[in-house]
Amino acid sequence: MKCRRCQIPAVIKLPRHNTAFCRDCFEDYLHNQVLKAISANKMFKKDEAILVAVSGGKDSLALWHILNKLGYQTVGLYLNLGIGSYSELSQERTETFAKGRGLELIVQNYRKTYGLGIVEIAKESARPPCSACGTMKRHHFNRIAMEKGFSVVATGHNLDDEASRLFGNLLNWQRPYLEKQSPTLSDNGGKWARKVKPLYRLPEREMAAYAILNRIDYILEECPKSKGAKMFVYKEALNKLEIASPGRKLAFYLGFLKEKAQLFPSRIEENPNTCGECGQPCQDETCGYCRLVARVKTKVMS
Amino acid sequence: MLIKMYNPSKEIELKGPKPVFAILAKLDLSREAHLVISGDELLPDDAVVPDDGEIEIRSVISGGRR
Ligand SMILES: [Zn+2]
Ligand SMILES: [Zn+2]
Repeated sequence: MKCRRCQIPAVIKLPRHNTAFCRDCFEDYLHNQVLKAISANKMFKKDEAILVAVSGGKDSLALWHILNKLGYQTVGLYLNLGIGSYSELSQERTETFAKGRGLELIVQNYRKTYGLGIVEIAKESARPPCSACGTMKRHHFNRIAMEKGFSVVATGHNLDDEASRLFGNLLNWQRPYLEKQSPTLSDNGGKWARKVKPLYRLPEREMAAYAILNRIDYILEECPKSKGAKMFVYKEALNKLEIASPGRKLAFYLGFLKEKAQLFPSRIEENPNTCGECGQPCQDETCGYCRLVARVKTKVMS
Repeated sequence: MLIKMYNPSKEIELKGPKPVFAILAKLDLSREAHLVISGDELLPDDAVVPDDGEIEIRSVISGGRR
Protein backbone atom coordinates (compact mmCIF):
# COMPACT_ATOMS: atom_id res chain seq x y z
CA MET A 1 0.00 0.00 0.00
CA LYS A 2 1.47 3.34 -1.09
CA CYS A 3 0.72 6.92 -0.11
CA ARG A 4 -1.53 8.40 -2.76
CA ARG A 5 0.32 11.70 -2.71
CA CYS A 6 3.99 10.79 -2.50
CA GLN A 7 4.12 7.06 -3.33
CA ILE A 8 6.16 6.03 -0.28
CA PRO A 9 4.76 3.21 1.92
CA ALA A 10 1.49 4.22 3.58
CA VAL A 11 0.82 3.92 7.33
CA ILE A 12 -2.96 4.15 7.11
CA LYS A 13 -5.71 3.36 4.66
CA LEU A 14 -8.75 5.64 4.59
CA PRO A 15 -11.53 3.74 2.84
CA ARG A 16 -13.90 6.70 3.19
CA HIS A 17 -11.62 8.74 0.95
CA ASN A 18 -10.60 5.75 -1.13
CA THR A 19 -7.00 6.54 -0.31
CA ALA A 20 -3.97 5.76 1.83
CA PHE A 21 -1.41 8.11 3.34
CA CYS A 22 2.13 8.10 4.67
CA ARG A 23 2.73 9.67 8.05
CA ASP A 24 3.35 13.23 6.82
CA CYS A 25 0.52 13.25 4.29
CA PHE A 26 -1.88 11.82 6.88
CA GLU A 27 -0.95 14.61 9.26
CA ASP A 28 -1.48 17.23 6.53
CA TYR A 29 -4.82 15.73 5.65
CA LEU A 30 -5.96 15.61 9.27
CA HIS A 31 -4.85 19.17 10.03
CA ASN A 32 -6.78 20.32 6.96
CA GLN A 33 -9.93 18.62 8.21
CA VAL A 34 -9.57 20.53 11.48
CA LEU A 35 -8.95 23.83 9.68
CA LYS A 36 -12.00 23.16 7.52
CA ALA A 37 -14.14 22.61 10.63
CA ILE A 38 -12.81 25.79 12.23
CA SER A 39 -13.41 28.02 9.21
CA ALA A 40 -16.75 26.52 8.13
CA ASN A 41 -18.18 27.26 11.57
CA LYS A 42 -16.19 30.42 12.36
CA MET A 43 -15.06 28.70 15.56
CA PHE A 44 -12.28 31.14 16.39
CA LYS A 45 -9.85 33.56 14.82
CA LYS A 46 -6.14 33.06 14.47
CA ASP A 47 -5.32 35.53 17.25
CA GLU A 48 -7.97 34.33 19.70
CA ALA A 49 -6.67 32.46 22.77
CA ILE A 50 -8.37 29.07 23.17
CA LEU A 51 -9.10 27.19 26.37
CA VAL A 52 -8.81 23.48 25.50
CA ALA A 53 -10.72 21.11 27.79
CA VAL A 54 -8.49 18.06 28.23
CA SER A 55 -9.22 14.73 29.89
CA GLY A 56 -6.03 12.77 29.25
CA GLY A 57 -7.77 10.78 26.49
CA LYS A 58 -6.69 10.59 22.86
CA ASP A 59 -9.11 13.10 21.38
CA SER A 60 -8.59 16.03 23.71
CA LEU A 61 -4.81 15.63 23.91
CA ALA A 62 -4.60 15.26 20.12
CA LEU A 63 -6.78 18.37 19.72
CA TRP A 64 -4.47 20.36 21.98
CA HIS A 65 -1.46 19.05 20.06
CA ILE A 66 -3.03 20.00 16.70
CA LEU A 67 -4.12 23.52 17.70
CA ASN A 68 -0.68 24.15 19.13
CA LYS A 69 0.98 22.85 15.96
CA LEU A 70 -1.27 25.00 13.79
CA GLY A 71 -0.01 28.03 15.69
CA TYR A 72 -3.01 28.81 17.87
CA GLN A 73 -2.52 30.20 21.33
CA THR A 74 -3.85 27.59 23.75
CA VAL A 75 -4.14 26.86 27.46
CA GLY A 76 -5.32 23.46 28.71
CA LEU A 77 -7.98 22.93 31.35
CA TYR A 78 -8.09 19.64 33.24
CA LEU A 79 -10.81 18.82 35.78
CA ASN A 80 -9.77 16.22 38.32
CA LEU A 81 -13.14 14.62 39.11
CA GLY A 82 -11.79 12.65 42.07
CA ILE A 83 -12.50 9.19 40.67
CA GLY A 84 -9.66 7.23 42.32
CA SER A 85 -6.83 5.92 40.20
CA TYR A 86 -8.58 6.84 36.94
CA SER A 87 -8.38 10.54 37.82
CA GLU A 88 -4.83 10.29 39.15
CA LEU A 89 -3.59 8.58 36.00
CA SER A 90 -5.42 10.86 33.59
CA GLN A 91 -4.10 13.96 35.38
CA GLU A 92 -0.58 12.57 35.26
CA ARG A 93 -0.85 11.87 31.50
CA THR A 94 -2.20 15.37 30.90
CA GLU A 95 0.53 17.03 32.96
CA THR A 96 3.26 15.03 31.24
CA PHE A 97 1.82 16.04 27.86
CA ALA A 98 1.70 19.74 28.78
CA LYS A 99 5.16 19.78 30.35
CA GLY A 100 6.77 18.05 27.37
CA ARG A 101 5.45 20.76 25.06
CA GLY A 102 5.85 23.71 27.38
CA LEU A 103 2.10 24.35 27.43
CA GLU A 104 0.17 26.00 30.23
CA LEU A 105 -2.31 23.78 32.05
CA ILE A 106 -4.99 24.81 34.52
CA VAL A 107 -6.04 22.07 36.93
CA GLN A 108 -9.22 22.16 38.97
CA ASN A 109 -9.55 19.46 41.62
CA TYR A 110 -13.06 18.58 42.83
CA ARG A 111 -11.88 16.97 46.07
CA LYS A 112 -9.97 20.13 46.96
CA THR A 113 -12.88 22.40 46.04
CA TYR A 114 -15.80 20.41 47.45
CA GLY A 115 -14.17 17.82 49.70
CA LEU A 116 -15.95 15.26 47.50
CA GLY A 117 -15.40 13.51 44.17
CA ILE A 118 -17.99 13.56 41.38
CA VAL A 119 -19.36 10.14 42.36
CA GLU A 120 -20.20 11.36 45.89
CA ILE A 121 -21.46 14.69 44.56
CA ALA A 122 -23.82 12.86 42.21
CA LYS A 123 -24.99 10.58 44.99
CA GLU A 124 -25.66 13.41 47.45
CA SER A 125 -27.54 15.39 44.83
CA ALA A 126 -29.51 12.29 43.75
CA ARG A 127 -28.44 12.71 40.13
CA PRO A 128 -27.01 10.10 37.74
CA PRO A 129 -23.19 10.51 37.72
CA CYS A 130 -22.92 11.48 34.02
CA SER A 131 -25.66 14.08 34.34
CA ALA A 132 -24.19 15.71 37.46
CA CYS A 133 -20.77 15.56 35.82
CA GLY A 134 -22.08 17.39 32.74
CA THR A 135 -23.64 20.17 34.79
CA MET A 136 -20.45 20.62 36.83
CA LYS A 137 -18.19 20.57 33.77
CA ARG A 138 -20.22 23.18 31.91
CA HIS A 139 -20.07 25.48 34.92
CA HIS A 140 -16.32 25.17 35.40
CA PHE A 141 -15.50 25.48 31.70
CA ASN A 142 -17.48 28.72 31.62
CA ARG A 143 -16.31 30.06 34.92
CA ILE A 144 -12.63 29.48 34.24
CA ALA A 145 -12.93 30.77 30.67
CA MET A 146 -14.58 33.98 31.83
CA GLU A 147 -12.23 34.48 34.79
CA LYS A 148 -9.14 34.02 32.65
CA GLY A 149 -10.47 36.00 29.71
CA PHE A 150 -11.06 33.23 27.14
CA SER A 151 -13.95 33.73 24.73
CA VAL A 152 -13.84 30.16 23.46
CA VAL A 153 -13.57 26.65 24.93
CA ALA A 154 -12.64 23.76 22.60
CA THR A 155 -13.50 20.13 23.36
CA GLY A 156 -12.27 16.92 21.73
CA HIS A 157 -15.60 15.52 20.51
CA ASN A 158 -14.94 13.56 17.32
CA LEU A 159 -17.18 12.45 14.45
CA ASP A 160 -18.13 9.20 16.18
CA ASP A 161 -19.17 11.09 19.32
CA GLU A 162 -21.31 13.51 17.34
CA ALA A 163 -22.77 10.99 14.90
CA SER A 164 -23.65 8.48 17.64
CA ARG A 165 -25.26 11.21 19.69
CA LEU A 166 -27.28 12.29 16.68
CA PHE A 167 -28.23 8.66 16.04
CA GLY A 168 -29.41 8.26 19.64
CA ASN A 169 -31.31 11.56 19.58
CA LEU A 170 -33.08 10.51 16.39
CA LEU A 171 -33.89 7.00 17.61
CA ASN A 172 -35.55 8.53 20.63
CA TRP A 173 -36.87 11.63 18.82
CA GLN A 174 -35.30 13.95 21.36
CA ARG A 175 -36.35 17.13 19.68
CA PRO A 176 -34.84 19.57 22.21
CA TYR A 177 -31.49 17.78 21.97
CA LEU A 178 -31.63 17.71 18.19
CA GLU A 179 -32.23 21.45 18.12
CA LYS A 180 -29.21 21.99 20.31
CA GLN A 181 -26.73 19.58 18.73
CA SER A 182 -24.08 21.55 16.87
CA PRO A 183 -20.28 21.87 16.45
CA THR A 184 -20.51 25.34 18.01
CA LEU A 185 -22.62 26.49 20.91
CA SER A 186 -23.56 30.12 21.30
CA ASP A 187 -21.79 32.47 23.70
CA ASN A 188 -25.09 33.75 25.04
CA GLY A 189 -24.51 37.27 23.87
CA GLY A 190 -20.92 37.34 25.11
CA LYS A 191 -21.89 36.35 28.67
CA TRP A 192 -20.60 32.86 28.10
CA ALA A 193 -17.61 31.26 26.40
CA ARG A 194 -18.37 29.85 22.94
CA LYS A 195 -18.10 26.05 22.92
CA VAL A 196 -16.54 24.49 19.82
CA LYS A 197 -15.73 20.98 18.60
CA PRO A 198 -12.98 21.24 15.97
CA LEU A 199 -12.68 17.43 15.55
CA TYR A 200 -16.26 16.79 14.44
CA ARG A 201 -15.18 15.81 10.89
CA LEU A 202 -12.73 13.17 12.13
CA PRO A 203 -13.63 9.60 13.12
CA GLU A 204 -12.17 7.99 16.22
CA ARG A 205 -10.02 5.64 14.22
CA GLU A 206 -8.23 8.56 12.58
CA MET A 207 -7.84 10.43 15.88
CA ALA A 208 -6.34 7.37 17.56
CA ALA A 209 -4.00 6.87 14.59
CA TYR A 210 -2.94 10.51 14.83
CA ALA A 211 -2.28 10.18 18.58
CA ILE A 212 -0.21 7.03 18.05
CA LEU A 213 1.77 8.51 15.13
CA ASN A 214 2.54 11.58 17.22
CA ARG A 215 3.55 9.51 20.25
CA ILE A 216 0.88 11.06 22.41
CA ASP A 217 0.77 9.01 25.59
CA TYR A 218 -2.95 9.05 26.34
CA ILE A 219 -4.98 7.16 28.93
CA LEU A 220 -6.57 4.00 27.52
CA GLU A 221 -8.84 3.43 30.51
CA GLU A 222 -12.37 4.73 30.30
CA CYS A 223 -14.05 6.64 33.07
CA PRO A 224 -15.26 3.79 35.32
CA LYS A 225 -18.55 5.63 35.82
CA SER A 226 -19.28 6.13 32.15
CA LYS A 227 -22.33 4.04 31.62
CA GLY A 228 -22.05 4.61 27.90
CA ALA A 229 -23.37 1.18 27.00
CA LYS A 230 -25.99 2.74 24.73
CA MET A 231 -23.51 5.03 23.02
CA PHE A 232 -21.25 2.05 22.45
CA VAL A 233 -24.03 0.21 20.65
CA TYR A 234 -24.79 3.28 18.51
CA LYS A 235 -21.12 3.64 17.64
CA GLU A 236 -20.91 -0.03 16.71
CA ALA A 237 -24.00 0.22 14.52
CA LEU A 238 -22.62 3.28 12.73
CA ASN A 239 -19.30 1.50 12.22
CA LYS A 240 -21.12 -1.36 10.53
CA LEU A 241 -22.79 1.10 8.18
CA GLU A 242 -19.45 2.81 7.61
CA ILE A 243 -17.78 -0.44 6.57
CA ALA A 244 -20.63 -1.32 4.22
CA SER A 245 -20.58 2.16 2.77
CA PRO A 246 -17.43 4.18 3.54
CA GLY A 247 -18.13 7.83 4.28
CA ARG A 248 -21.60 7.14 5.67
CA LYS A 249 -20.87 8.50 9.15
CA LEU A 250 -19.67 11.89 7.99
CA ALA A 251 -22.43 12.17 5.39
CA PHE A 252 -25.00 11.38 8.10
CA TYR A 253 -23.72 14.10 10.40
CA LEU A 254 -23.02 16.75 7.75
CA GLY A 255 -26.45 16.07 6.25
CA PHE A 256 -28.01 16.80 9.62
CA LEU A 257 -26.09 20.05 9.98
CA LYS A 258 -27.24 21.10 6.52
CA GLU A 259 -30.90 20.24 7.07
CA LYS A 260 -31.08 21.24 10.69
CA ALA A 261 -32.10 24.85 10.20
CA GLN A 262 -35.16 23.77 8.19
CA LEU A 263 -36.03 20.68 10.21
CA PHE A 264 -35.73 22.35 13.57
CA PRO A 265 -36.13 26.09 13.20
CA SER A 266 -34.37 26.96 16.40
CA ARG A 267 -35.78 29.20 18.97
CA ILE A 268 -33.27 31.82 19.99
CA GLU A 269 -31.63 29.73 22.58
CA GLU A 270 -30.20 32.31 24.92
CA ASN A 271 -30.58 32.09 28.64
CA PRO A 272 -32.28 35.32 29.60
CA ASN A 273 -31.38 35.42 33.29
CA THR A 274 -28.26 35.62 35.37
CA CYS A 275 -27.78 33.22 38.27
CA GLY A 276 -28.05 35.08 41.57
CA GLU A 277 -25.40 32.84 43.11
CA CYS A 278 -22.63 32.50 40.52
CA GLY A 279 -23.53 35.09 37.91
CA GLN A 280 -23.62 32.69 34.96
CA PRO A 281 -26.44 32.91 32.43
CA CYS A 282 -29.38 30.65 33.22
CA GLN A 283 -33.07 30.05 32.62
CA ASP A 284 -34.35 30.67 36.12
CA GLU A 285 -33.13 32.60 39.13
CA THR A 286 -30.53 30.04 40.18
CA CYS A 287 -28.57 27.91 37.74
CA GLY A 288 -28.49 24.11 37.70
CA TYR A 289 -24.96 24.02 39.04
CA CYS A 290 -25.70 26.21 42.05
CA ARG A 291 -28.84 24.21 42.84
CA LEU A 292 -26.83 21.00 42.67
CA VAL A 293 -24.07 22.31 44.94
CA ALA A 294 -26.63 23.69 47.41
CA ARG A 295 -28.31 20.29 47.62
CA VAL A 296 -24.98 18.57 48.24
CA LYS A 297 -24.05 21.09 50.94
CA THR A 298 -27.31 20.62 52.85
CA LYS A 299 -26.98 16.84 52.62
CA VAL A 300 -23.37 16.76 53.74
CA MET A 301 -23.86 19.27 56.55
CA SER A 302 -27.03 17.69 57.92
CA MET B 1 2.13 -14.45 16.86
CA LEU B 2 1.35 -12.86 20.20
CA ILE B 3 -1.50 -10.35 20.27
CA LYS B 4 -2.00 -8.04 23.25
CA MET B 5 -5.16 -6.14 24.04
CA TYR B 6 -6.01 -3.79 26.91
CA ASN B 7 -9.20 -2.79 28.71
CA PRO B 8 -9.68 -5.57 29.58
CA SER B 9 -6.16 -6.93 29.24
CA LYS B 10 -5.79 -10.16 27.35
CA GLU B 11 -3.31 -12.04 25.20
CA ILE B 12 -4.13 -14.11 22.16
CA GLU B 13 -1.93 -16.49 20.15
CA LEU B 14 -2.53 -16.73 16.42
CA LYS B 15 -0.74 -18.58 13.66
CA GLY B 16 1.26 -16.37 11.26
CA PRO B 17 2.25 -14.94 8.91
CA LYS B 18 -0.97 -12.99 8.40
CA PRO B 19 -1.82 -9.55 7.08
CA VAL B 20 -3.41 -7.07 9.49
CA PHE B 21 -6.84 -7.11 7.81
CA ALA B 22 -6.93 -10.93 8.07
CA ILE B 23 -5.99 -10.84 11.76
CA LEU B 24 -8.84 -8.43 12.52
CA ALA B 25 -11.28 -10.50 10.46
CA LYS B 26 -10.17 -13.72 12.18
CA LEU B 27 -10.80 -12.18 15.61
CA ASP B 28 -14.07 -10.64 14.41
CA LEU B 29 -12.88 -7.11 15.23
CA SER B 30 -14.15 -4.15 13.23
CA ARG B 31 -11.45 -2.28 11.31
CA GLU B 32 -13.31 0.97 12.00
CA ALA B 33 -12.91 0.40 15.72
CA HIS B 34 -9.40 -1.06 15.98
CA LEU B 35 -5.82 -0.19 15.13
CA VAL B 36 -2.86 -2.52 15.05
CA ILE B 37 0.43 -1.40 16.55
CA SER B 38 3.87 -2.96 16.55
CA GLY B 39 6.31 -1.39 19.01
CA ASP B 40 5.12 2.18 18.66
CA GLU B 41 4.48 1.99 14.93
CA LEU B 42 1.09 1.85 13.31
CA LEU B 43 0.64 -1.14 10.99
CA PRO B 44 -1.38 -0.53 7.82
CA ASP B 45 -4.08 -2.95 6.68
CA ASP B 46 -1.87 -4.94 4.34
CA ALA B 47 1.22 -5.22 6.61
CA VAL B 48 2.08 -8.86 7.22
CA VAL B 49 2.77 -9.94 10.79
CA PRO B 50 5.21 -12.90 10.97
CA ASP B 51 4.53 -16.00 13.05
CA ASP B 52 7.02 -14.85 15.71
CA GLY B 53 5.68 -11.26 15.68
CA GLU B 54 4.14 -9.38 18.59
CA ILE B 55 1.42 -6.80 18.12
CA GLU B 56 -1.08 -4.76 20.08
CA ILE B 57 -4.65 -4.40 18.89
CA ARG B 58 -6.05 -1.18 20.27
CA SER B 59 -9.72 -0.34 20.49
CA VAL B 60 -10.38 3.25 19.44
CA ILE B 61 -13.95 3.56 20.72
CA SER B 62 -14.11 5.87 23.70
CA GLY B 63 -16.76 7.23 26.00
CA GLY B 64 -18.62 4.01 26.29
CA ARG B 65 -18.22 0.43 27.30
CA ARG B 66 -20.10 -2.73 26.65
ZN1 LIG C 1 2.73 10.82 1.49
ZN1 LIG D 1 -25.15 29.62 39.47
